[in-house]
Amino acid sequence: MVISSEPARLLIVDDNKINRMILSRTLEQQNHIVETANDGKEGLEKIRTGSFDLVLLDIEMPEMNGFEVLEACLKDVELRQIPIIMTSAMDELDAVVKCVELGAEDYLTKPVNPILLRARVNASLEKKRLRDEQRKLFRTFATKEVAEELLRTGFSLGGKQVIASVLFADIRSFTSIAESQTPAESIDLLNEYFSLMFDAIINNGGTVNQVIGDGLMAVFGAPIFFEDHAEKSVRAALDMLEQLKVFNKNLLSQGKNQIHIGIGIASGTMVAGYTGTQSRAIYTCIGDTVNIASRIEEYTKEALRPLLIDNHTRLGLPESYQVEDLGKIVFKGKHNAIKIFAVSD
Amino acid sequence: MTIIDINTFNTLKESTDAEFIQELINAFLEDAPLQIQRMKESLQKKDAELFTRAAHTVKSNAATFGATELANLARELESMGRENNLEVGNKLQVMEEAFEQVKNQLNELK
Repeated sequence: MVISSEPARLLIVDDNKINRMILSRTLEQQNHIVETANDGKEGLEKIRTGSFDLVLLDIEMPEMNGFEVLEACLKDVELRQIPIIMTSAMDELDAVVKCVELGAEDYLTKPVNPILLRARVNASLEKKRLRDEQRKLFRTFATKEVAEELLRTGFSLGGKQVIASVLFADIRSFTSIAESQTPAESIDLLNEYFSLMFDAIINNGGTVNQVIGDGLMAVFGAPIFFEDHAEKSVRAALDMLEQLKVFNKNLLSQGKNQIHIGIGIASGTMVAGYTGTQSRAIYTCIGDTVNIASRIEEYTKEALRPLLIDNHTRLGLPESYQVEDLGKIVFKGKHNAIKIFAVSD
Repeated sequence: MTIIDINTFNTLKESTDAEFIQELINAFLEDAPLQIQRMKESLQKKDAELFTRAAHTVKSNAATFGATELANLARELESMGRENNLEVGNKLQVMEEAFEQVKNQLNELK
């Protein structure tokens, strides 16, 4: 039986020559590129430098045993992504269970059945491919840390309560800008604008979780919590305004209309998690704090200030920030007045 | 007890080609006497760890070729070594004799 598969780079770590021979041969017959290591220490060195797609790891070995190699790999953010299949004798099942619990991808008992070997290797490679694709996808809208966190904890619909800062940003009167140029020009303009804004957000630890038309929503401090989420969100907003100045200079030099944005930020507790269905879900935040941030962003039109924040966000800022008290505002549909502050750039 | 379980051996054989099977058998026939030598030395040096590892290798390879009896004898010695019990009596000698039989049969099967 031949299961077709894409060639991958595999490492076999086994102190037993016969095992290495059989495993290598069986996997080479599948066009995989196979390297071997004779003990755990050599194996770990090769794993660190060899960019392998998968490792077959023996348990009982001199120098460093398979268990120690596995632990070292799982501790390393980069190496953790390489699937490891433990290979062991039937009578070492206790050790194998321990390895799988610790995070090994799968296991095979020796003598290895070649059909089972191919099936398990291919299944693990396929899973890795899917994970790599997910990781790539995540990284297009999240920071590396967030992507890793999502991969580690997995998708689960349903949220948890977090303390974070939410940022909303919108382009002022984009509709009239869009009407004055071709659709292709509008999309180009938006894409250039978003790539600058995304950079400002991601560089400050934020995650962009929604883009609607010319508006965007970003969260700071979730899914990975960090203490200074309020300051980071304001820092990102100031960077966004700074980037926009450069962007506008370019627009001006091309004889185009400049764009103006409004940014609103609120901090506090919110529910964060995946919303949608199992097949299509996005990471988002909901709750009063989120609504307030959105209202504050809308209020920038009236206040004629580009960056407004709530009191919780202000309290998270060091004194070096120039903040102006705009008084209390009662938003439509809300009972309590909210203190609004303008941040100067 | 059968010296070589022919089902296991055939599975191994079918998964590869004749030339490779010969290579494998040769590798085993070269390696096993080294491991047995290592076991004898480690008994003298009272090095249970080395003894266990060598027994483990013999067990693993014997199982690969379907040499069930040899594998069982090696497994028994491996467990003893793991428990730091090197009072193996004539068990190593019995295992060595079992290997000689396996060797003869594998040479025929090559």
